[in-house]
Amino acid sequence: MASIAVSTTINGDEVDFICQPDESLLDVLRNRLGLMGAKEGCGTGDCGACSTMVDGRLVCSCLVLGAEVEGTKVETIEGMAEGGDLHPLQQKFIENAALQCGICTPGFLIAAKALLDQNPNPTETEIRFWLAGNLCRCTGYDKIVRAVQDAAAEMRGETA
Amino acid sequence: MRYERPETIDQATSLLAGAKGKAFVLAGGTDLLVRMKGDDFEAGLVVDIKSISGMRDIAETDEGFVIGAGVPCAALNEHAALHAAWPGVVEAANLIGSTQIQGRCTVSGNLCNASPAADSVPAMVAAGAQAKVSGPKGTRMVPVVDIPLAPGKTSLEKGEMIEAIVLPKRPARAGDAYLRFIPRTEMDIAVVGVGVNLTLGSDGTVETAHVALGAVGPKVVVAEAAAKTLVGTKLEDTALATLAAACSAASSPIDDKRGTVAFRKDVAGVLARRAARIAYDRAGEK
Ligand SMILES: Cc1cc2nc3c(=O)[nH]c(=O)nc-3n(C[C@H](O)[C@H](O)[C@H](O)COP(=O)(O)OP(=O)(O)OC[C@H]3O[C@@H](n4cnc5c(N)ncnc54)[C@H](O)[C@@H]3O)c2cc1C
Ligand code: FES
Ligand code: FES
Repeated sequence: MASIAVSTTINGDEVDFICQPDESLLDVLRNRLGLMGAKEGCGTGDCGACSTMVDGRLVCSCLVLGAEVEGTKVETIEGMAEGGDLHPLQQKFIENAALQCGICTPGFLIAAKALLDQNPNPTETEIRFWLAGNLCRCTGYDKIVRAVQDAAAEMRGETA
Repeated sequence: MRYERPETIDQATSLLAGAKGKAFVLAGGTDLLVRMKGDDFEAGLVVDIKSISGMRDIAETDEGFVIGAGVPCAALNEHAALHAAWPGVVEAANLIGSTQIQGRCTVSGNLCNASPAADSVPAMVAAGAQAKVSGPKGTRMVPVVDIPLAPGKTSLEKGEMIEAIVLPKRPARAGDAYLRFIPRTEMDIAVVGVGVNLTLGSDGTVETAHVALGAVGPKVVVAEAAAKTLVGTKLEDTALATLAAACSAASSPIDDKRGTVAFRKDVAGVLARRAARIAYDRAGEK
């Protein structure tokens, strides 16, 4: 198979990589670019552990070809904290103990951020439906939902 | 496998027509990439159509709404005029998968994947949607119902692809709805799906009715006789009971772990009744 050269932007940086035509974006991020935040839970779009933003849309990077991100803007969990400052979602996940093994966490954070970016004040039902494509085997969803609600409140300036 | 990203329809169709071995169109990839990971998947060529101009646009024209074959289903919901005109089609498309899947999946892909349980298909069929099919011989309009033939099989010929789905213009007092039954509340394959599309006269009498059923046959079922029973009624209880019985009769499902034949037939009737009610109320509001 002939390799493909791809130019894209990842977390604001211009990145060039080479990949196989059938190689997923998830494999490119993890195996070629050393961005290990996105995880492979299933590889078939069911678990959301590989959640990534491509041109402003939340997607499963296991169901995107690396070749498809030519000329796009990719955002991964590695770009979420600003320097040493955690994003409010990351901070609230820690405070609410919304993670145990942590495999699902990057996916939940990316997906929750995509929700809050377009809906700063979601209801619990909206949060649960939005996150239905993110599976967690250990923590249980209540703490995760509460962490998202807390982060949303803080981002709205309602709590210190 | 070769990956190509053409910038025109002509390039895309000639790539597809000239391919040695199996060639696939890549839209959202939410079916194709899952298949690609299987051991028995073989392809000589994958043609990513999303860089072709217009492919990611929803246009409102004299024909109606033209939905490019690269438009992710999430974008249907964000298009206010489309949502207002065809809420049933939009809600059916938005039932596909999760938020992540919505960011990629397309209605054309849902149609061409030719699953009997494809959620957007009964809604599009009830709506009278057409597929704009392009190929080496030019472009033709094909009713959406004629694209799938059997599970995994379509009527598209070598070199052909769907360029866009066209939903017709909407008269006043028209409404549509789609309902599906799944054992969970999200992220599951339809056990039965029902699309209903109605137009009403000024006194609220049904003037035209279209009903399509999903997951109760090898391909989407047009329940024409069932739909006819609604014409001239105001969806009185007896009319709804007649509709339900006719939809159950039109269903020829299989028994599997997701549901028995008897259950699926029954649910087809129940969902048809409920979807008809929603479509009727929506039509009355316009
Ligand atoms: C986790 C998950 C959940 C899902 N849930 C649902 C669900 O609830 N309901 C449901 O109906 N489906 C569901 N699906 C299946 C899938 O998401 C849908 O069928 C989707 O609409 C496919 O669209 P796509 O653009 O991703 O298609 P692709 O994967 O790009 O293509 C699908 C097939 O159609 C062909 N094709 C695509 N576009 C064209 C075109 N324009 N012209 C000719 N051929 C074309 C491709 O070659 C391929 O064979 C789910 C999938 C996943 C992974
Ligand atoms: S690894 Fe992509 S959804 Fe599970
Ligand atoms: S914390 Fe282990 S899967 Fe969610």
